[in-house]
Amino acid sequence: MSGGLDDLRDLYQDVILDHGRRPRHGKRPAAFDASAKGDNPMCGDRVEVFVRHAPDGRIAEAGFEARGCAISVASADLMAETVAGRRPEDARALFASFRELARTGACPACDPALADPLERLAPLAGVHEYPSRVKCATLPWHALIAALEGAKEASSE
Amino acid sequence: MNDATPTARLDIERIRADFPILREKVRGKPLVFLDSAASAQKPRAVIAAMTTAMETQYANVHRGLHWMSERTTEAYEAARDAAAALMNAPDRHEIVFVRNSTEALNLVAHSYGRGVLRPGQAVVISAMEHHSNIVPWQLLRDERGIELRVAPITDAGELDMAAFEALLEDGKVGLVSITHMSNVLGTYTPAERIARIAHAHGAKVLFDGSQAIVHRAVDVQALGADFYVWTGHKLYGPTGIGVLWARRELLERMPPFLGGGEMISSVSYERSTWAAVPHKFEAGTPAILEGIGLKAAIDYVRAIGYPAIAAHEAALTEHALARLSAVEGLRILGAAQDRGGVVSFVVDRAHAHDVATLLDRFGIAVRAGHHCAEPLMHRFGLESTARASFGIYTTHAEIDTLADSLARVREFFA
Repeated sequence: MSGGLDDLRDLYQDVILDHGRRPRHGKRPAAFDASAKGDNPMCGDRVEVFVRHAPDGRIAEAGFEARGCAISVASADLMAETVAGRRPEDARALFASFRELARTGACPACDPALADPLERLAPLAGVHEYPSRVKCATLPWHALIAALEGAKEASSE
Repeated sequence: MNDATPTARLDIERIRADFPILREKVRGKPLVFLDSAASAQKPRAVIAAMTTAMETQYANVHRGLHWMSERTTEAYEAARDAAAALMNAPDRHEIVFVRNSTEALNLVAHSYGRGVLRPGQAVVISAMEHHSNIVPWQLLRDERGIELRVAPITDAGELDMAAFEALLEDGKVGLVSITHMSNVLGTYTPAERIARIAHAHGAKVLFDGSQAIVHRAVDVQALGADFYVWTGHKLYGPTGIGVLWARRELLERMPPFLGGGEMISSVSYERSTWAAVPHKFEAGTPAILEGIGLKAAIDYVRAIGYPAIAAHEAALTEHALARLSAVEGLRILGAAQDRGGVVSFVVDRAHAHDVATLLDRFGIAVRAGHHCAEPLMHRFGLESTARASFGIYTTHAEIDTLADSLARVREFFA
């Protein structure tokens, strides 16, 4: 058979396999201020995102409970990691850039100030080759934004 | 049916040469297409029939008085004869063309369900139905107070016949609507037995043959069916055309489904009268080109012959079950005695979507998800599976490629 495991690594980089299997933030925080669910009816993936705010309104902590593929779980985990400490509007801006990355594989117009978190999220850029899988990567972000806006359910894309 | 061939073997290389798409490469690798249960590939004969019609012989049907319309009508109506012969239907007027099996089921739920069944009666489905054989009956239940009963299946994925029969004992069941072959488990249901039990309790019986007719000869009279539905695109034909067969006396009793042109006898503002069956159920310009393509697909399948097709499917299924069950960490859904060329599975530690994406990297096309059968997934405690399904062009070597690739996927996620 042609093609080895190396063929798979460009999409499923180690960081995705690692965070997909052992998410650091894959739990409901002991205390949280907002939460919202996201649902992908096509595949039955489901995620619930929890947010605890700091006194100044920043995201102190994000956590999630997910049932889904490696990409959605890894994306939720990297999201929780990269939004911690950010203001809600900065999390929204980061999502806009990340969505561009997931859909197109690149984000040349993205704000240089977001270079660090985007580099952390970059392993997920490979999903742009699979339009049906882009939603796996963006679903937890939709749930996060819904939670920040006080909604209980993420609206579908 | 006259499908007997001297040797029930199929010349796989010749067949593969009939399907132009099989020469395509995916990601630089030969296409290994194991998603035929979702929609099958098309042989050149089907492609050519539709192209030739468009290039040389096309007009609207059933109404033109000109040469082109007459010829096109003949070609389109030949599809009705071919479909009737394929199913051994006693009367060509019992073949109603619809868009697909889903539309056929909705037609029956609408016209038979609302026109013939009465509130207080019940419809029985099974626990391994496609959503298309669940939702139309739910709509009927909610609108008309017709009860929906679900016959359970065993852990092996077979219909629980005792429980099924018990559901009919109160005599309230007007219709049994059950798959002839599960699109998830590959289970063939014992259609003759189901029909006998249904009839013994005064119920009519419908089989969803979307998967079954692809692999096995269907004789609606021998089965004792009252309704039988299937779709062209899974039988190597085009999308957009499917078949509802029903016994004529039932079609006569059923009110129309859609109203419009083609389905009327006369129209005035006070009152319209309906065309005779099957046209009563065929409102609007039909899928003319698709009908012509369907005829070519039926001819193609019958030329190969069901004995050879069924033998090929059985050999592939046996090979697939042996090879896949040997993959460590892989679990196959269902273990029916009588099962066909559809194998659903889950891989330890790997989500079905990840499995499908990784297989795609090897050029292998499988389906992953709930396969439009969410209640069945939940029956097995799952949200999704990967599914490999076979067609007449599927080879043993392709199944070997699948099994070898799955071993690598498993290693990848280990």
